[in-house]
Amino acid sequence: MTLLLDSVEAVQDAVREGPRVLPVGGGSKPALSTPPSEDVVALDVSGLRGIVEYDPAELTFTALPGTPIAEVDRVLAEHGQHLPFDPPLRAAGATLGGVVAAATSGPGAFRHGGVRDFVIGVRFVDGTGQLVSGGGKVVKNAAGFDLPKLLVGSMGRLGVLVQLSFKVFPRPRASTTLAFELGSTQAALDAIAALGRGPLELDALDLEPPGRLLARLGGDPELLDARAARLTEAVAAPSQRFEGEDDADAWRATSELTWAPEGARVVRVATTAASVPGLEAALAVAGARARYSLGANLAWVAWPDHRPLDELHAALQGLGLAGMVLTGPPAGAPTRALLGSVRGGSFAARIRGALDPDARFLEA
Amino acid sequence: MRMQSVTSSEGRTGRQVPAALHDLGLGPRLLTNPAALAAFGSDALTAFHQRPLAVVVVETEQEVIDTVRACHREGIPFVARGSGTSLSGGSVPVEGGIVIALNRLNRVLRLDPVTRTAVVQPGIVNLDVSRAAAPHGLAYAPDPSSQSVCSIGGNLAFNSGGAHCLKHGMTSNHVIGIKAVLPDGEVVELGGDSTEPIGPDWTGMFCGSEGLFGIALEATLRLVPLAEATRTALAVYGSLQDAGEAVAQIVGAGMLPVAMEIMDALAIEAAEASVKPGYPKGAALLIVELEGEREEVEADAARLDDLLRASGATEVSVTEDVAERALIWKGRKSAFSAVGWLAPDYIVQDGVVPRTRLGEALAEIDRMSKAAGIRVANVFHAGDGNLHPLILFDGREEGAVVKAEELAADILRLCVALGGSITGEHGVAIEKRAFLPLMFSDDDLELMRRVRHAVDPDALANRGKMLEPAPAPPPAPAPA
Repeated sequence: MTLLLDSVEAVQDAVREGPRVLPVGGGSKPALSTPPSEDVVALDVSGLRGIVEYDPAELTFTALPGTPIAEVDRVLAEHGQHLPFDPPLRAAGATLGGVVAAATSGPGAFRHGGVRDFVIGVRFVDGTGQLVSGGGKVVKNAAGFDLPKLLVGSMGRLGVLVQLSFKVFPRPRASTTLAFELGSTQAALDAIAALGRGPLELDALDLEPPGRLLARLGGDPELLDARAARLTEAVAAPSQRFEGEDDADAWRATSELTWAPEGARVVRVATTAASVPGLEAALAVAGARARYSLGANLAWVAWPDHRPLDELHAALQGLGLAGMVLTGPPAGAPTRALLGSVRGGSFAARIRGALDPDARFLEA
Repeated sequence: MRMQSVTSSEGRTGRQVPAALHDLGLGPRLLTNPAALAAFGSDALTAFHQRPLAVVVVETEQEVIDTVRACHREGIPFVARGSGTSLSGGSVPVEGGIVIALNRLNRVLRLDPVTRTAVVQPGIVNLDVSRAAAPHGLAYAPDPSSQSVCSIGGNLAFNSGGAHCLKHGMTSNHVIGIKAVLPDGEVVELGGDSTEPIGPDWTGMFCGSEGLFGIALEATLRLVPLAEATRTALAVYGSLQDAGEAVAQIVGAGMLPVAMEIMDALAIEAAEASVKPGYPKGAALLIVELEGEREEVEADAARLDDLLRASGATEVSVTEDVAERALIWKGRKSAFSAVGWLAPDYIVQDGVVPRTRLGEALAEIDRMSKAAGIRVANVFHAGDGNLHPLILFDGREEGAVVKAEELAADILRLCVALGGSITGEHGVAIEKRAFLPLMFSDDDLELMRRVRHAVDPDALANRGKMLEPAPAPPPAPAPA
């Protein structure tokens, strides 16, 4: 059953009513927004939509969770600003609430940080139906527990987001992308490590195995040629340069996850350059593929539909890695949203118990 | 400096130290001598003092765990302490409670230049992390003014900021993994060595929890590359409002400096009296720092210079000289202590306003200062609206403390009324417990208490801070 909710009070009532609820926004990450069983009520909050406050000089804004990222992009761009964490799945209808709940940072988060680094305030309904706020609307704030960060990656399982505040940054006035062919994954990882130590400040740094490296520079249009030349010199491998529309196109497949084969489940896996070789080997066994983003701090794994997710769960556990399932066939959605070595232990259990004492939300 | 006891029974001595603490087998590292304990009764917020029952000087993570477990068994409140530089009373013990001193847990356990992470112990001094990272061309970005003495454990517990938050963010933006001992002695691991969290961001939740969730034993820190080029501009203005306006223009021009700081005439005078940075004279001084790639910094420095001159600065200078920059920052970072040259006592306030309302806030603080007849020096992180009014007084004068505290409270009320926060980087702890309801509803605070209770039902970890005891209403506004 799906309830269309258009007010905070309606959300509170629905949570109190239960028996179990799952907030749903744009539906761009169906593995997280499909109720796993009949007794779970989908709370469709896509009607809670719109930017509530935006003062460009302040570089902050407050909006409702159902606001599409595409709409936020458009409004911020009018003032030369953007979301520095570059949320993926814009074209698929991703919303602000979903981006926070799934912690989906896109390739552009390499330079200034991910979702967790830009959410400054949240208002949400907890498992008792109580409306609570954390954080605030200013960029620097150390008052109270950091509930905005807690809700990042909470997958609608700690509370239903009803309002969000973010800080934003100036949008680069121009961008260019260089694609390098390094020949092997290890060579590409070495290049990532070297580039990560500067001095060039890259906007994005992605790896498409086995050895294709995508590096994006953004900033003053007049400096891009010189900076691109420095980048080419630093990597010293055959390269291709993209500008203008081609530059944007070079990232579209990554941002929209369209590179993933039809029907594959896309899983976000936290990695480091050191864990990539092990993960690549494990994926190869299952015929799965991955792209690595944020300087190899994140893998987007495309897991074949016909292989059980438990297999990936076991592989990640063996590697000490953790993942979050985002997409996949709506039918038979996994009951397990997180795979592998999930951290948090008893600390997580205690906080979950405090926010949701009657188990209104799904377990992670 | 005045001393005031947190509870009414300050000075009681000879209380039995529970056998459980002796059983830890720490020998002389279990301090029980009243003279030794006195030093652990206060931190940098000297208004609060409470001699602890004992101090445990730990040298291993296991000793921290064992001590916490002993405290849990015996019902003894504990507070972790690094360098004792909290400006909100964060490491002041409660009566009958102990201090767990972490200074000797100060090692870098791992530093990986490939993943750009460092795993450190909580007692390590902030600046020592950057020192360890420097040979790899890396640094730890958060830089509280006390960075040469403050510890990472305290930074983590209070989500400390610094002058360079504007571009880099606060401590919690740089802590990506935590190994912690919970208040009942259970050890948990949160986050990891990737910058991306999977599942709720437990690491982010633990950061800034002011010690209420237990003690961090290890922290995984994100390191940033040392900037290739840095330029530091100094601009002098005829008024604080003009300087504040220039900040808004720089932001409006789409520039992203790494720091923007403002000092007023009184703060400049204090800095000159102490560390003598040789600042130009004026009603307000704006420091803007740019860092990044050489070409970008050079282009931005030229734009910045034009912008500053057009914004009404009477004098502008830009330097890339390492020694000159160091002196500029020395003057800025020592401003708090330098104010001690101007008055016998002072309160360091820490509030935040939306950056577009800086000018308004400063004009109002000036008005309130004149109305109260109390001098206020202003030093602040202008780029992110983080004010640090320094309220000067002489504690020997009758009623001066109360009047100064009333002004401090009024400034916080102003910050909240303008849409800001009661603390940007110093935390709530004891100092601002009473002000939390200005920002949060009863329901918000009830949830925070529920969370605290779930993690620490006996309220042993840093008892008496942030949420406890339920505060009396804040002091009434001073008559206008």
